[in-house]
Amino acid sequence: MGWNRKILRVDLTSGTCSEEPLNMEWAQEYLGSRGLATKYLVSEIDPRVDPLSPDNKMIMATGPLTGTMASTGGRYTVVTKGPLTGAIACSNSGGFFGAEMKFAGWDMIIFEGRAPKPVYLHVENDRAELRDASHLWGKSCWETEETIKHELQDPLVRISSIGRAGENQVYYACIVNDLHRAAGRSGVGAVMGSKNLKAVALRGTKGVSGIRDFGAFMQATNAAKKVLADNAVTGQGLPKYGTQVLMNVINEIGALPTRNHRDVQFEDAGKISAEAMHEKRPTDGKPHLVTNAACFGCTIACGRISEIDKGHFTVKNNPKYWGASGGLEYEAAWALGAANGVGDLEALQYANLLCNEQGMDPISFGATVGAAMELYEMGVLTKEQIGLETPFGSAQALARLAEMTALGEGFGKEIGLGSKRLCTKYGHPELSMTVKGQEFPAYDSRGIQGMGLAYATSNRGACHLRGYTVASEVLGIPVKTDPHVTEGKAELVKAFQDATAVFDSAGICVFTSFAWTLADVQPQLAAACEGEWSMDKLNEVGERIWNMERQFNNAAGFTAKDDNLPPRLTSEPAKTGPAKGMVNHLDRMLPEYYQVRGWTPDGVPKPETLSRLGL
Amino acid sequence: MRIAFKLFASLSDYLPAGSRDNRIDLDVDEGVSVAELIRRYEVPERNAHLVLVNGLFIPPAERSRRRLQEGDEVAVWPPIAGG
Repeated sequence: MGWNRKILRVDLTSGTCSEEPLNMEWAQEYLGSRGLATKYLVSEIDPRVDPLSPDNKMIMATGPLTGTMASTGGRYTVVTKGPLTGAIACSNSGGFFGAEMKFAGWDMIIFEGRAPKPVYLHVENDRAELRDASHLWGKSCWETEETIKHELQDPLVRISSIGRAGENQVYYACIVNDLHRAAGRSGVGAVMGSKNLKAVALRGTKGVSGIRDFGAFMQATNAAKKVLADNAVTGQGLPKYGTQVLMNVINEIGALPTRNHRDVQFEDAGKISAEAMHEKRPTDGKPHLVTNAACFGCTIACGRISEIDKGHFTVKNNPKYWGASGGLEYEAAWALGAANGVGDLEALQYANLLCNEQGMDPISFGATVGAAMELYEMGVLTKEQIGLETPFGSAQALARLAEMTALGEGFGKEIGLGSKRLCTKYGHPELSMTVKGQEFPAYDSRGIQGMGLAYATSNRGACHLRGYTVASEVLGIPVKTDPHVTEGKAELVKAFQDATAVFDSAGICVFTSFAWTLADVQPQLAAACEGEWSMDKLNEVGERIWNMERQFNNAAGFTAKDDNLPPRLTSEPAKTGPAKGMVNHLDRMLPEYYQVRGWTPDGVPKPETLSRLGL
Repeated sequence: MRIAFKLFASLSDYLPAGSRDNRIDLDVDEGVSVAELIRRYEVPERNAHLVLVNGLFIPPAERSRRRLQEGDEVAVWPPIAGG
């Protein structure tokens, strides 16, 4: 049946934990993880709730394939109303935490209220209890994991926690599990901090039972794993080079946002690329990259484990950072690097380590530093205000601002506001490179038109993981489309958005979609889950989830005006590269997108659309 | 005429010794095609997945017809992805 049929509800205000059955009717309509947790959230909270108030809820959820033999079946999702955006927040993480939740016998954990003092949740199979976390408050995610494992005398316990950023309610704080995997975007860690919930520690020994047809499931998962192994991207490219291999590609096509999107190509892209990670450093003769790594059940293994140059200015007096640790991935390398004009790979890894250690989204952090650097170069922000010189390209400024933001010191508190609040505060909201308050990832939509539409309509604000048309427009997956045209992009974006909602809700990694289509996922779900799981049903589930999220955002106060891009992208042409002279033509794509979605010209799902989807 | 030839990821092994930053600057005859250049460096055709000239994608069917011009930059990747 795929699901454990059991939810753990944790009332932090009263300190109680209770068990309740999973709504199996909803499971048939929303599948699991992202979809099912969102259904619970939108059914239980007021869409206009203050995200950081006790009335907001936070759900950690697995999918039916989480913890199973399905490749990449280790994912879990955190769903809440996000403080960075005020929209639905849905952040997905790998590692081993999700599978452990399944092994302990739970499908999801719903947190509500606010603990009167810091606590952490300890779950050991059926037994769940809140424990005092006063001694953990103020500790990093790394220290928290170590301390809990020590006090439980269990090295196999799996932990998700917040660091100082979550405690300080940095608007883009994340929740870190297994040291360097994270539910990264939209500030889910700040919600956890607002609830005085420091960590969740899980130990499950039950395995996964109840697969509907075990023989068919083994056959389906083995066939799907062979597809991944035989595919040049998932079988060779990602394990060897990781996501960072995109750095040179996106730079070459003139879509690498540089210096807060002033430019679209970065002269030092090669220095912060996957290829550079493999090169021996002149300083110590060692490559930055130590090895690749896999999350639970993953047969791709795109993760990066690196070792920083011990003599680098950022760490030479701080051995804590000398060991092999997570990073760099493409998005972090871009946001900490090109977005700020910093080409020092070691400095990027140092800032990335701080993000992992104290629980911050490196995309939003790096992009906010980029905005601050532009304000500094304009003279709007001064050295006296920030506490240091902060020009584009300064590795020193990046490293110091990472420390200050992670620890909530000085101007770091302002960086912790995120780009939209920072730029608005200092009189230049137009310089915030965000949609719905969330910072862009690493693709400039002047050179990849479809991504402009994907960003503008993403339900969690600017994001590449809600509709990754880069796959088609740049990489030719599943078919190559022209990144410079707007024709056909409305349908393309919708197709990516709906399919991604299914991958996320199944409990698997969206990176499988570089080799798999829904036709590869469908037999796995059909064998694992009770009910009929046809391709038509999966397509409908994806569309239903998308519309449900949209309805929540509309009820939260968002309108079609929020489906927008910063003026820089629609009125300042790209200066160099093959997209030179181009802007993003969102105005051409958005009306067509609403039509394709079955929404009114104002971006509201029509009654017949809602009726068709059972919403 | 002078052009730049760039090979990335696993294809960098096909660049001659002395290449730096995944790139070599070359003198080639007028009229050489993208496909000929790729063959000259023995890059297997099936691995030349993403081929860009000055950042613009050249589909497989056009690689033999596309003649290079002075100053062109040819960049080639095997199948790759990220995100």
